[in-house]
Amino acid sequence: MSVPFIAALQQSAIAPVGPQAGRIAFLFWSFLILLTCVFLLTIGFTLWALSRHHRGIEQEPLERTHRPSAATDARMTRAIGAATVVTVLILFGLLIASVVTGEQLAGLRYASNAMAVEITGNQWWWEIRYLSDNTRRILRTANELHIPVGRPVMIRGTSHDVIHSFWAPNLHGKRDLIPSRITTEWIEADQPGQYRGQCAEFCGLQHAHMALWVIAEPQEKFDAWFEAQLQPAAPPEDAHLQAGEQAFLSSSCVLCHTIRGTDAAGQVAPDLTHLASRLTIAAGTLPNNKGNLGGWIADPQTIKPGNHMATVALKSEDVQPLLDYLESLH
Amino acid sequence: MRYIVTAFLFLLAGGVEALLMRLQLSFPNNPMLGPDKYNQIFTVHGSNMMFLFAVPVMEGMGVWLVPLMLGTRNVAFPRLNAFGYWMYLIGGLLLYVGLFTNTGPDAGWFAYTPLSGPQFSPGKRVDIWAQMITFTEISAMCVATELAVTILKMRAPGMSLNRIPMYCWAMLVQSAMVLFAMPAVMVASNVFLLTDRTIGTHFSNPAEGGDPLLYQHIFWFFGHPEVYIIFIPALGMVSAIVAAHSRRSIFGYPAMVLSLVATAFIGFGLWVHHMFATGLPQIGEAYFTAASMMIGITSGVQIFCWIATLWTGRVRLNTAMHFVLGFIFIFVMGGLTGIMLAAIPIDLQVHDTYFVVAHFHYVLIGGALFPLFGGFHHWFPKFTGRMINERLGKVSFWVLFLGFNLTFFPMHLLRLKGMPRRVYTYSPEMHWTAANGMATAGALIILIGGILFIVNVISSRRSGPIAGANPWDAGSLEWAADSPPAPYNFAFLPGAVSRYPLWSDPADRVVVTGMRNDRREILVTETVSGEPRFRHVLPGSRIWPLLTALLATAGLVGSIFYFQWYYIGAVLTAIGLIGWFWPKEPVEIEP
Repeated sequence: MSVPFIAALQQSAIAPVGPQAGRIAFLFWSFLILLTCVFLLTIGFTLWALSRHHRGIEQEPLERTHRPSAATDARMTRAIGAATVVTVLILFGLLIASVVTGEQLAGLRYASNAMAVEITGNQWWWEIRYLSDNTRRILRTANELHIPVGRPVMIRGTSHDVIHSFWAPNLHGKRDLIPSRITTEWIEADQPGQYRGQCAEFCGLQHAHMALWVIAEPQEKFDAWFEAQLQPAAPPEDAHLQAGEQAFLSSSCVLCHTIRGTDAAGQVAPDLTHLASRLTIAAGTLPNNKGNLGGWIADPQTIKPGNHMATVALKSEDVQPLLDYLESLH
Repeated sequence: MRYIVTAFLFLLAGGVEALLMRLQLSFPNNPMLGPDKYNQIFTVHGSNMMFLFAVPVMEGMGVWLVPLMLGTRNVAFPRLNAFGYWMYLIGGLLLYVGLFTNTGPDAGWFAYTPLSGPQFSPGKRVDIWAQMITFTEISAMCVATELAVTILKMRAPGMSLNRIPMYCWAMLVQSAMVLFAMPAVMVASNVFLLTDRTIGTHFSNPAEGGDPLLYQHIFWFFGHPEVYIIFIPALGMVSAIVAAHSRRSIFGYPAMVLSLVATAFIGFGLWVHHMFATGLPQIGEAYFTAASMMIGITSGVQIFCWIATLWTGRVRLNTAMHFVLGFIFIFVMGGLTGIMLAAIPIDLQVHDTYFVVAHFHYVLIGGALFPLFGGFHHWFPKFTGRMINERLGKVSFWVLFLGFNLTFFPMHLLRLKGMPRRVYTYSPEMHWTAANGMATAGALIILIGGILFIVNVISSRRSGPIAGANPWDAGSLEWAADSPPAPYNFAFLPGAVSRYPLWSDPADRVVVTGMRNDRREILVTETVSGEPRFRHVLPGSRIWPLLTALLATAGLVGSIFYFQWYYIGAVLTAIGLIGWFWPKEPVEIEP
């Protein structure tokens, strides 16, 4: 798969691709335009006030010589009163706009064809589980969320350790992932595409390197992807790849990682069953290719200091087969 | 005065940290600071600016200015004031000892659980943060108590409630907020966080039935009023400067006072707008949106009144007024982005992004630091007895103003491109480089502006023209004292015959006679009318406040390492307090 790694607007709140982000962007621009007018008016009046009576500095205090006439005072009081009333009206209008948009966002969730995904925050990667009543159709993967275009998706969020926040700005605002709590958010993509998301709640050393990709694709493509991901990893065909599988299974990799179809069943790190199908490794840190994967396995602490992946001692002759094996896990 | 100087030193330290962060983010994948150092620095920057600079400098200005403005000789409880200062200084040093020994806190100035809890932040870093909070909060509450009592009971004769200078109203409101808000953060940082960390309670541990969000509620119940604690005194300064340099009384005094009081009340009712992304019930969220937007009304009224004052006055455009106008520009913009943040749908997108960083630097630097600098130029003659160089002052204003906007305006744009806060690096593909580069350039310009300001202060203090008591021909009572004021402020206490006593007809002015000058004698007045009630003698300097502060320090710092120091510290502090309050010969006051 060719990897168009990151384009400018793939993590942007002003390039909405779903109804949620679209409504928020509309509200944002409405606020911005109105409030810019308020800002210009305020500054304009301030400058006007300055230009009126600025006649040099060596002056008696007005208090001592004359006070503003009662008429001037009354006019000022009326002006301030009017400005205050206008302020209140504007704020009331904005409040209503805000609440209405909130209601609309809440209303988007009632759809019969919705699907549910659970996202669990971990220091510093995302565990993704596609929920289903049929336990065989529950899919566990990591750092890449595929969704069908035009279908509402409920995100059930929680966390295994500290508070994280799921945020794919092209689709919706943030939702915190809180240990011991379940939060929900609904997203929907109107157009196919690859959208980047990033953790938005400070979660420790590698908060900066905790990204994920949301990949929206047409229903048929999504179904094909989903069925393929449900399959266990295909057994390696040649001796080279078999050596790679052996290297994986005989090292400490298996303590944390799962490759379905093998004995590796660790649960505390990303599922690698279809690692090669993903765009990036290390939670959006590096494009997924053999060179980066080799560097990552050899020295994860330099690429992402403080992360919880151990540096695994590998025999030098095992390295190439292992990398080829992992890159064969489509 | 020592409060103000200490706080300015902490401002410099915080500025250096800010500059380090800006340099780190100036280009993608910068290897200058790793994640660990970056996290320590942004945590210390935030904590430093909130707890060691902004609140103390506002209280320090209050301790210095309020007695002068009220026409009295000192604050009430001068020894409590000394104790507060020592606690503040020790707390600040504790934080920096931590930073320089690589135990600087790294969980953010908010230290959310469970990230800051024992499981995810082992070591002593967060303990040092939490105890630093204890020190500075004790100090803030000491000062708030003495300021509130001073303003309510020690005014010039005749200064009824409706003649109190706007700045003193602001300090009274701020003191009340401190007394309500600070205990909340001590519950959060000390009771929840420290006991979780040191004696194994489970307030925030979900595995044992604790709740990670409870901490956030209590922290923000303090944290939001905290920003008004910083910016309400600044509003008072603006009122003082605008009145003095518009050459007329402030327009709409009752509306201004009511706005301040209303801001304080509403300020306690909108903490949840920091937590919209945690997923709260919708009806509650709408309430907090409305409450947050109401701040726009109270702030708006004050800005309208200032504009009306400028409109009907004759403005003297000196450096202090420049800073006030800069304040109006920046603060209005920050306030309007604040209204955007109050709308939940928008907040969900911009929360914890650089939009918020831009917003709160606009309201805190624009809303508090610019008025403070304006106040510093305005009262410089009173502080030092010499005039500050206006030309250099205006140059430093423009450099700071442009540098500020160049630093923080691009951060609004970074939000549009989805840059979250508190990331120590980013990759070049994100297209965040240009805006970050501009921000870093702006930070360097701010540095130049800061240097110009310091040069101006030092050279003007040495060789500026002698100011005299009232160089601005201003109306409030601090200008009746000598410049710089004698240690006792006033030999003859002035009376307040109007809201601006020095602008009233000289024939009407009065002073109080019959006060003794050979001891710290002050006049206690009636709360509402300001009628004199009786004379009172303030105690002199003693070593006990410092000793008590050191004994309390032993307990607080010791408890970071061994729990038993809580008890030992309590006993030691009690010994200090016994020494402090040991009965003395009653002072005799002849009628």
